[in-house]
Amino acid sequence: MSATQETIELLATQEYKYGFVTDIDADTVPIGLSEEVIRIISAKKNEPDWLLEFRLKAYRKWLTMAEPRWPNVSYDPIDYQSISYYSAPKSKDDAPKSLDEVDPELRRTFDRLGIPLDEQKALAGIAVDAVFDSVSVATTYKTKLKEMGIIFGSFSEAVQEHPELVRQYLGSVVPYSDNYFSALNSAVFTDGSFCYIPKGVRCPMELSTYFRINAQNTGQFERTLLVADEGATVSYLEGCTAPRRDENQLHAAVVELVALDNATIKYSTVQNWYPGDKDGKGGIYNFVTKRGRCGNSSKITWTQVETGSAITWKYPSCILQGDNSVGEFYSVAVTNNRQQADTGTKMVHIGKNTKSTIVSKGISAGRGQNTYRGLVRVNPGATGARNYSQCDSLLIGDRCGAHTFPYIDVRTPHAQVEHEASTSKIGEDQIFYCRQRGLSSEDAVNMIVSGFCKEVFRELPMEFAVEAQKLLGISLEGSVG
Amino acid sequence: MLEIRDLHASVGGNEILRGISLSVKPGEVHAIMGPNGSGKSTLARVLAGHPDYEVTGGEVTYRGEDLLDLEAEVRAQRGIFLAFQYPVEIPGVNNSYFLKAALNAVRKARGEEELDAVDFLALIRQKAKLLDLDTALLSRPVNEGFSGGEKKRNEIFHMAVLEPMLSVLDETDSGLDIDALRIVANGVNALRSPERASIVVTHYQRLLNYIVPDFVHVLSDGRIIRSGGKELALELEDKGYAWLDEPGHA
Repeated sequence: MSATQETIELLATQEYKYGFVTDIDADTVPIGLSEEVIRIISAKKNEPDWLLEFRLKAYRKWLTMAEPRWPNVSYDPIDYQSISYYSAPKSKDDAPKSLDEVDPELRRTFDRLGIPLDEQKALAGIAVDAVFDSVSVATTYKTKLKEMGIIFGSFSEAVQEHPELVRQYLGSVVPYSDNYFSALNSAVFTDGSFCYIPKGVRCPMELSTYFRINAQNTGQFERTLLVADEGATVSYLEGCTAPRRDENQLHAAVVELVALDNATIKYSTVQNWYPGDKDGKGGIYNFVTKRGRCGNSSKITWTQVETGSAITWKYPSCILQGDNSVGEFYSVAVTNNRQQADTGTKMVHIGKNTKSTIVSKGISAGRGQNTYRGLVRVNPGATGARNYSQCDSLLIGDRCGAHTFPYIDVRTPHAQVEHEASTSKIGEDQIFYCRQRGLSSEDAVNMIVSGFCKEVFRELPMEFAVEAQKLLGISLEGSVG
Repeated sequence: MLEIRDLHASVGGNEILRGISLSVKPGEVHAIMGPNGSGKSTLARVLAGHPDYEVTGGEVTYRGEDLLDLEAEVRAQRGIFLAFQYPVEIPGVNNSYFLKAALNAVRKARGEEELDAVDFLALIRQKAKLLDLDTALLSRPVNEGFSGGEKKRNEIFHMAVLEPMLSVLDETDSGLDIDALRIVANGVNALRSPERASIVVTHYQRLLNYIVPDFVHVLSDGRIIRSGGKELALELEDKGYAWLDEPGHA
C-alpha cells in the first residue's frame, strides 16, 4: 500500500535472497536486530568500545522487556526483526530529480507554509547542490558558535571529537534501561544532535535555521543530547513545520537535556510527520523518550506542537533535582482522521521549592483519539514544591475522542498542586457566528483553534509560532464540513 | 433591495415559516413583531443563512441575486448583517482581532484593500466611542464573560464597523436597560441612509420609540398577518396581539 510497506516487503525478500551476510563494507546491514548487527553499526561508525558496550547492554536489556501496552492507542504489532537498523545515506540516484517528481499534495503544503524553494527541495529529499543559501548560513553560524565555545553538531561527530562529554552525559537522564523504546534506541541509534553550551554562555541565536537544514537523514532512531553547563542559556528548536518525507514507519527517538546549576534550556518541537491516509494507513509511529534534569535554580521548558504521525507516544519530562529549579511543559497535540496521540509530561519534584507548570491543549477531529497522560510527583524532601496543571481538550465533530489521565503523587504535606481541566467542542453556532461576520468555515475553525492554543503558541519563538499556526490550519483542513 | 416571496422554512422537520412575503427598499426600516414562536427569529436566521434551517419553498432576492443560493459568509460579504439574539462566545479569540479578520474578509470580497492595524485601530476607537463601548471589551475574547447588555452592544459595535447594507436585528433590545437601549438605537440610526435598510425584530414597541420604523409587520404562526405604519406598533402595545385575532381585524 504505502511506500513504507513496500520497502519493508522488499527488504524482507532481500533477507531470503542474501541471507545474513556479515559484510562490513556493504551499504546495507542485514535486516533484523542482533548483537552482530549492533557491532556492525558501531564499527561502521568507528565508535569507541564504551559506546559499543552501552549499545550491547541496552540491547540485552531490551530483549528482557515488553512493549508497553498501557498507552491509549492501538496498532498492529511491530515486527522488530523486519526493520533495517542501519542504512548508509541514500544515494542520489534514488532521490527525486526535481520538484515535479514530488507528490503534488506535499508541494501544495510546502507552498501554503511559504517554504522557500531550495528548502522544499531539501525537505523532499531532492539532491541539492551544496551552494544554496541556507547551507552557507549554517556554516557562518557554526563558526560563530565555535568562537563562543558552543559545540553543536551531529551526534556521530561529537562521539569522535568530544567523547569525554558524550560519555559523561549519555544515558545520564534517560538510562538505557528506562523503557522499551529507550532501550531499543540506545542499542541501535544511528545519529542525532549534540549540543554543549559552556559555563555562563548565553547562546546568541535560536538553534533553528541551522537545524532545519541539518536534520535530514538522522534516521529513525534519533539521539539528542543537550548539555547546558552552569549558568548557560540556550533555546533549541527541533523539527520542522513541513511534512518530512520519510520511509521509516517506526521512530523511537531519545532526547536528553542536562541543565546544570542556574542554566536555562528552552526546547521547542514542531512534529509533523506523515500521519497516514484518511484510514490511518502508512503513518509514522512515533515513540519518543524526552527528559531533562535540572540542577539548582535551573529551568527547562518543553514546548511542543504535535500535528503529525499516526501514533504519538511522548512525555517530555523534567526531573527537578536541584533546589529552586523550574520545569515547564506547553503542548498542543492535534489528532485528525485516524491519528492517535498519548502524550503529556512528567514533573518529578525532588529539590526544595521546585516549581512546575503544565499547559496541555489537545485537539481532536475526524476520528482522532487524543490522550493527555501526565504525572506530577512530589518527593518527601521537596518541601515548598508547587505545580500548576491545565489540561484542555477541544473536540471538532462527534466521532473523535479526548481523554485525560492525570496522575498526582504527593509525598510531602508542604506542597501545592493545582489541576484544572476542561473539554469543549467547536460548536456549529460558533462557526455560524463567524460565517455571519464574513469568515469562511475554515477560517473560523482556524481562528477558534488558534485562540484555544494561544497560551502554548506564545511560548514558541516568534517565527516558529506563525508557522505552527499555519500548520494547525492545514492539519485540520476538511475537519469541518 | 430585498424581495421575499412566499417563503417557507422548517427546522428539524417542523415548518415554522408558512409563506412570508415582504419587500424592503433601500432607506427603509421594517419592524417585525409578533408573539413568541411566531417565526420572527427564524426569519432572521433564514435570511442570514443558518444551516439548521431548511427553506422548503418560495424565493428571496437580495440586490438582484438569489439570496438562498449564497453561503452564509457570502451573504455577510454582500452586506447582510445579523445581530444575534444570543451572541456566541468564542474563547481565546480577541474581539478586535476577530473583527479585523471579519472586516478584511468582507473588504477583500468586495475588492477593497484590507485595512492595516493602524487604520483599523482608529476605526474601532471611533465606533466604540459612538456606542459608548467600554474599550476593555475590545481586547477581551469575543463575548466571553460579557454581560447580556455588553453582548448586545458588542453586536451593534460589530455592525457599526462592518457597515452592512441590510441589518437584521434579532431582539437586540431584549435584556437591555433604557440607557443601553438608547445607545443601541443610536448605533442603528447612525447607519441609516438612503442606501441601507434594516429589519428590526422585536417584542416590544419600546425600541421603536428610538428606531422609528417605516413599516411594522406582525407575524403569527409563520405568516405576516398584518402590516402597517409605525402607529401599528403603538396599537399593539396598547391592545396586545390577541386583538389581531378578534373577528373583523384579521
